[in-house]
Amino acid sequence: MHIVVCIKQVPDSREIRIDPVTNTLVRQGVPAIVNYYDLHGLEEALRFKDEMGARVTVVSMGPPSAEKALRQCISMGADEAVLVSDRGFAGADTLATSYVIAMTVQKVAAEMEPVDIVFCGKQTLDGDTGQVGPGVACRLDYEQMTYVEKVVELNEGERTVTVHRHLEDGVEVVKTKLPVLITVLTELNKPRRASLPGVLRAAKYKPIVWSTNDFPDLDRSKIGLKGSPTIVSKTWVPEPRKVNTEMIAADGVEALSAALIDKLWNTDLPTRLGWS
Amino acid sequence: MANERFDAIVIGAGPAGSAAAYTMAKAGLNVVLIERGEFPGAKNIFGGVIYRKQLEEIIPEFWKEAPLERQIVEQRLWLLGDQSVVTFGHRNEAFKEPANCWTGLRVKFDQWFAGKAEQAGSLNIYETVVTELLREGNKVVGVRTDREEGDLYANVVVVADGVNSLLGKSLGVHREWKPDEVSLAVKEVIAMPKEKILDRFNLEDNEGVTIEFVGQTGGMAGLGFLYTNQDTLSFGVGVMVSDLKRTHVKPYELLESVKQHPMLKRVLQGGETKEYSGHLIPEGGYHSIPPLSGDGWLICGDAAQLVNFVHREGTNLAMTSGRFAAEAIIEAHAAGNFSRAGLMGYDRRVQGSFVHKDLKKYRGMHAMMRDVDPGLLFDKLPRAVNEAAYQMLLIDGVSKAEKQRMAIRGLTGVAGGTMNLVKLGIKGWRAING
Ligand SMILES: Cc1cc2nc3c(=O)[nH]c(=O)nc-3n(C[C@H](O)[C@H](O)[C@H](O)COP(=O)(O)OP(=O)(O)OC[C@H]3O[C@@H](n4cnc5c(N)ncnc54)[C@H](O)[C@@H]3O)c2cc1C
Repeated sequence: MHIVVCIKQVPDSREIRIDPVTNTLVRQGVPAIVNYYDLHGLEEALRFKDEMGARVTVVSMGPPSAEKALRQCISMGADEAVLVSDRGFAGADTLATSYVIAMTVQKVAAEMEPVDIVFCGKQTLDGDTGQVGPGVACRLDYEQMTYVEKVVELNEGERTVTVHRHLEDGVEVVKTKLPVLITVLTELNKPRRASLPGVLRAAKYKPIVWSTNDFPDLDRSKIGLKGSPTIVSKTWVPEPRKVNTEMIAADGVEALSAALIDKLWNTDLPTRLGWS
Repeated sequence: MANERFDAIVIGAGPAGSAAAYTMAKAGLNVVLIERGEFPGAKNIFGGVIYRKQLEEIIPEFWKEAPLERQIVEQRLWLLGDQSVVTFGHRNEAFKEPANCWTGLRVKFDQWFAGKAEQAGSLNIYETVVTELLREGNKVVGVRTDREEGDLYANVVVVADGVNSLLGKSLGVHREWKPDEVSLAVKEVIAMPKEKILDRFNLEDNEGVTIEFVGQTGGMAGLGFLYTNQDTLSFGVGVMVSDLKRTHVKPYELLESVKQHPMLKRVLQGGETKEYSGHLIPEGGYHSIPPLSGDGWLICGDAAQLVNFVHREGTNLAMTSGRFAAEAIIEAHAAGNFSRAGLMGYDRRVQGSFVHKDLKKYRGMHAMMRDVDPGLLFDKLPRAVNEAAYQMLLIDGVSKAEKQRMAIRGLTGVAGGTMNLVKLGIKGWRAING
């Protein structure tokens, strides 16, 4: 059983601010973390490692600094980590990203061991699209299970998996054949804290790094900015609504109420409501 | 499966721990540096002055790469009256290129310093708390951490876990501190546009100033500070824990009230508070320094009470003690002897250095502070000095001779008579001159 977990390093959205002048994300000083949906995928994979000796490989596309995120996955117990990093990959939207991740999973399958399950997070904290997982599944021609909150059974003999999908109107119980791509919700499990041997291994670990040159069959028109048809035409911060406030004071509730009614009566409110 | 064995384990990635790990890793020892924070410096605070000399001895020309804020060209001391100040200060072009000291922020600085140790080959692990020292008989042989399978063994353990050293206490060398041996400092980092800082403090480019102030701490023994960073100010007060207990004043209330002082209000105006934090400072001085080493262990920095509170020097003593510990371990490693006798090189180095000498010089300070009413030193005297200055400068028809008499009367008055003022002077002199 070989499980691949796709992870992304993202800015911790709990600490993100938007610069009111330039309308852009203030990334400076914002800590980078592993997209937390992805950690639940990793945890599920690690449980299968503990239970049935599955092999767990983590992959990520990102800048060299994403090494830190991959090392965190190693500390938790992943066997190997692959970082796909190259200037050529930069600026990718979900289309280009899913193309590269699919190529990476194929390469992992070919060079390490055939892949049975791919875990992705439901979505990322910074992009929020939820498109990469399904995009990868389509390109790999895997079954896809999105919004999974529970893996009920993984049957190695039959090569099937049964999951609960959390949908808007209920829970769907689905059984399907491997290989499968599963996108996960945080309800799935509780990610573990790394053991000391894990942390020591991670501190020394160097991930496998692949650049564009490591993919001989890569279609360069499908990667990076060139392969990304998405156009962000505009972003803006909603204007804070300006409301004029006035303090009124009076002695006692009745006097205060009377003062308030007087004030209201002198606005255009009664006319608008058709009272006068 | 047992974890691999290391030459040395260092606990705490503060200035002391990182200095020790860096020095050992550079000498080729197999070192692990364990820090409980999410990253080094995540929760560490100090006022913020970093001195050149002692770090230079570890990393030459560090200022070319370290994240430092401003080079300090001027240091001021403010004695505060109710709505006034008497200022002492020294500014000198000689404090530049390279600077004598810089302001810094621990969040950035500690990360950088621990990173240097990592580059030199130290294995740094974070978000990991050392809960206990592992022993065989009297000998420390490793540490237990709060992670699963968390025991780790080494020939020697460097304890650099800071002021409240739980591990030092577990060794029995670090007794529970008394409220009159530590002060509690609260600090804010206040954001302010760079141009405003330059203007307000009469600075150019990368220049910085430090201000220490005495008075207005509600009669408690303590000191305030205001330091300039790139585009923030570090502002705080520290007072003896025993005084806080006595007066029931809450530290942040004290900080808020000090902020309202007209002189401080003026310089802080328009700033926006970004961070608020509190931390203990060891003030026990020379007499509270524990034994520095034993079989399989050494203790450095704040954990060993190595702080010169008279001169707000702590990081430099921490770094130097960390380096000394590392050098002693390197010798012990070569000799294959990690017993107390084998590690004595550490005690010897500390004793031969400024660390020990400076702390010894001020050894009477702690006793003096205990004997003298803090209200006198930290409230009445600064007020009286302000009143004297005011009277001398006020032109109101009173003769200068009478003014002088008034000033002297004011000063002797608060001390309870001329004799007491003289005695106080002698006590003070003795305290700072050993
Ligand atoms: C308000 C204030 C102002 C100061 N101003 C100055 C100044 O301007 N200049 C100056 O030189 N000094 C100053 N000092 C003193 C200076 O900060 C200290 O002397 C110095 O930080 C001591 O370094 P250290 O490495 O011994 O300890 P710390 O810096 O306290 O480092 C200890 C480290 O150990 C870690 N740790 C603790 N326990 C464990 C554990 N069980 N397991 C794992 N990790 C652990 C902590 O997280 C921390 O990172 C100031 C202090 C304060 C509080």
